[in-house]
Amino acid sequence: MSDWVWFAVAGAGAVGAIGRFLLDSVIAEHAGRDFPYGTFTINITGALILGILTGSALEGTLLLIMGTALIGSYTTFSTWMLESHRLAEDKDYLRSLLNLGMSLLAGFAAALVGHTIGAHT
Amino acid sequence: MPHIDRRELAAIAVGGAVGAVARVWIALHLTSPDDSWPWGIFIVNISGSFALAYFATRLQERLPQSTYRRPLLGTGFCGAYTTFSTMQVEILKIAQAQRYALAIGYALVSIAAGMTVVWLATTAVRRTRVMV
Repeated sequence: MSDWVWFAVAGAGAVGAIGRFLLDSVIAEHAGRDFPYGTFTINITGALILGILTGSALEGTLLLIMGTALIGSYTTFSTWMLESHRLAEDKDYLRSLLNLGMSLLAGFAAALVGHTIGAHT
Repeated sequence: MPHIDRRELAAIAVGGAVGAVARVWIALHLTSPDDSWPWGIFIVNISGSFALAYFATRLQERLPQSTYRRPLLGTGFCGAYTTFSTMQVEILKIAQAQRYALAIGYALVSIAAGMTVVWLATTAVRRTRVMV
């Protein structure tokens, strides 16, 4: 892979991470921190967008940069795990399980819907 | 909008850039067919979850407060290194190949392994005496 692609991946990763941080801050400010609404919203919207990108004709380097690098960095698995663990640690088992189960199911549905939209445009 | 600290954003950008490059590099070297277990992203997500729990616990409970380590290592690096969207698209592709048990297995094992390594890293940091 050529150098410029790696620079683009790095740039996309920086933009995705900053976008995640800013959106999470805004959501937490409005919805509170009882439940990880921010990470949930980010992950579901990201799964929808990546579904659209992979469902459409986009492929190769462009898909790598826009999809894998940008949307991949915008969404996060580790924060989802950490927040679920901290809820369970605080004995809030219901919210912990809800966060795990709803993210998994809504994320799959979002990827499926996105893929269908992408394939028809 | 919340107050924006430019240096905090710079730390997140640097961490995010490195995290994305690391994930893409591993994904390009550990490729697997669309209808089989996605080892690349699985290894990335589990190792990244361990690292985030380690950093978050250590920075929050063990080390003196620092403004830029958490955004650099946690929000930036671990957040961008691990990914939720690619995992979901992989689950979708496995399901579309009609390997439903594998799709469900990959989803559930990722969650179980992720939660286990977060617990392990958290416990390990809390048991270790403070060494700055």
